Amino acid sequence: MTESSTVVAAAGLACRRGERLLFSGLDLKVLPGQVVWVRGANGQGKTSLLRLLAGLARPEAGRIEHLAGRERVYVGHANALKDDLSVAESLMFLSRLHGFDTSAAAHEQALRRFGLHSRRDAPVRTLSQGQRRRVALARLCTAPSTALWLLDEPFDALDAQGVDVLNAVLAEHAARGGSVLLTSHLPLTLSSPVPITLQLNGPPRA
Amino acid sequence: MLADTRFFTFASPPRFYALAGRLIPWLWAATALLAIAGLYVGFFQAPTDATQGDAYRIIFIHVPAAWMSMLLYMVMAFWAAIGWAFNARLAAMVARAIAPTGAMFTFAALWSGALWGKPTWGTWWVWDARLTSELILLFLYLGYMALVNAIDDTRRADQAGALLAVIGSVNVPIIYFSVKWWNTLHQGATISATTAPKMVATMLTAMLLMTLACWAYAFAVVFTRTRAVIAERERDAKWLNGAVPS
Amino acid sequence: MTAPVFSAVLVRDLRLAARRRVDALLPLAFFAVAVSLFPLGVGPEPNTLRQIAPGVLWVCALLAAMLSVTQLFATDQADGSLEQMMLAAGSGTASALPVAIAKAVAHWLLTGLPLVLIAPLFGVMFDLSGRSIGALCASLALGTPILSLLGSLGAALTLGVRNGGVLLILLIVPLCIPALIFGSGAVSAVESGTSARGHFSLLGALFIATALLAPLATAAALRIATE
Repeated sequence: MTESSTVVAAAGLACRRGERLLFSGLDLKVLPGQVVWVRGANGQGKTSLLRLLAGLARPEAGRIEHLAGRERVYVGHANALKDDLSVAESLMFLSRLHGFDTSAAAHEQALRRFGLHSRRDAPVRTLSQGQRRRVALARLCTAPSTALWLLDEPFDALDAQGVDVLNAVLAEHAARGGSVLLTSHLPLTLSSPVPITLQLNGPPRA
Repeated sequence: MLADTRFFTFASPPRFYALAGRLIPWLWAATALLAIAGLYVGFFQAPTDATQGDAYRIIFIHVPAAWMSMLLYMVMAFWAAIGWAFNARLAAMVARAIAPTGAMFTFAALWSGALWGKPTWGTWWVWDARLTSELILLFLYLGYMALVNAIDDTRRADQAGALLAVIGSVNVPIIYFSVKWWNTLHQGATISATTAPKMVATMLTAMLLMTLACWAYAFAVVFTRTRAVIAERERDAKWLNGAVPS
Repeated sequence: MTAPVFSAVLVRDLRLAARRRVDALLPLAFFAVAVSLFPLGVGPEPNTLRQIAPGVLWVCALLAAMLSVTQLFATDQADGSLEQMMLAAGSGTASALPVAIAKAVAHWLLTGLPLVLIAPLFGVMFDLSGRSIGALCASLALGTPILSLLGSLGAALTLGVRNGGVLLILLIVPLCIPALIFGSGAVSAVESGTSARGHFSLLGALFIATALLAPLATAAALRIATE
């Protein structure tokens, strides 16, 4: 089932939340350089699918196979930031936690990329929602370059400039062979690569 | 509706449901017979004790209740752990069903212990090792029941309850030992551990009959409660599977 | 991979506490207020106070520890940080161990250790002898880690539950009773002139057992709560 270059493959995946079966019989295969847009109505299991692929939850049924040696980066709907830490400290914590690049140079570059350099010592408490989202996304630049990115509503709260930056970052990641699975309730403006759509339709009717 | 083959999504609960339903009346009958026999032997046939008089007869309730309280905790922890380890839903339901009965036996052990204490020690409550440990065991039961009821997601509640029950069962010997040790260290001259009188054959018979009666009662009640839990959970699943449009 | 997770979480928690010093001191304030209630409720007679001191100080330390542990994981779960920590730890049941240990250590450094350090003040208020106060500090030094470890277990079990704080106390306090018995018993023994060696060795054994087992259970509880 797993070709040598498949980044992540799943077969017969089923996900349950509480007593409800969100989806079942899901197959997917993600190749290097692909950006997959997971779509579906609210409550169909988009976030749950990302969490399953990240390894945060176990599937109700089915298997997931990850390519060995590839890191995973999961940026959830919540920013995972503490109000009392500064932007730089928050980024450093997340990088250290996941074993990403913790060099000062990489961090400077990440903050500049996402337009946060001027606010690097500001407490997260003082940032707007869009700025906080950028801080959360900044660790994409310190993560290993071929990692699998699992992003839940990454464009949330971003302004036009932020969207451009993220699109550029996604394009670069795909170009060097990385893969992305993301959700977005708004249409994607990413043009290269063209995102592949994965539609979640809920559990099969009995 | 009960005949609907999609009513139960798992194989074992319906089998248990049917089997338990048939056994329950027999279990109640056995409980009644054994209890009557045990109480008769204990209260009328066993001889009066030299030192404690007739007051000791409360042990025919106190000792079986105390045994049951401890045994049921272990059984509850066992089934909860099985349910967690093997994702076995029925085992988790049984564990939940045992808890209130275990708590009840603990409470029965406590008040029967108090009733025993009044004529022998002159007071309703003493902090001796047994009563204190029983009290803590009651808290462990109540804690388990509170935890599984507080978590809305039934699977998470079952798992968290299983973990707590296993931790509790590891702690029961530690707690008992520490309380016993504490009690011996702080022994006042007035409180000495009241032991049951030396067992004569009739006393042993009564004890055995009452213990068996407690077991039959426990089975009857736990089976009944488990059936109620099955009916509640499986009914929800059916309702959601069929009714929610996808 | 485990060392970075442990140190990252521990350093972050300590840094956060340093930025909210008042919040970090609240458990100690609670301890002080609670302890002071007892002479007011029981009467100022020195002999009575000396007798109840070990128990009172230990119980108040236990309650202070339990009250301060309720939010241990809750705020991290609310803002998504806990998810990231669980992710970093990997995906086995025991893999959340570094997170569990780091949190318990942070709690002890912020609540338990200060309690050990301020206990002598209150020992003096209850007219305990110098040796008793020494025994008090030693018993708390061994006992408060046990409380932090069990408390973090309770916090993980009751994560996201309504009335989690009260439930936590109901669940965990029975498990803390052996530590309470040995700990306050040690101080009473020294105060009455007998040897506390038995108490301390039992307390030490309890500490070792809890240190080995509680983090595993906490890690399992975190998995259950975040899956």
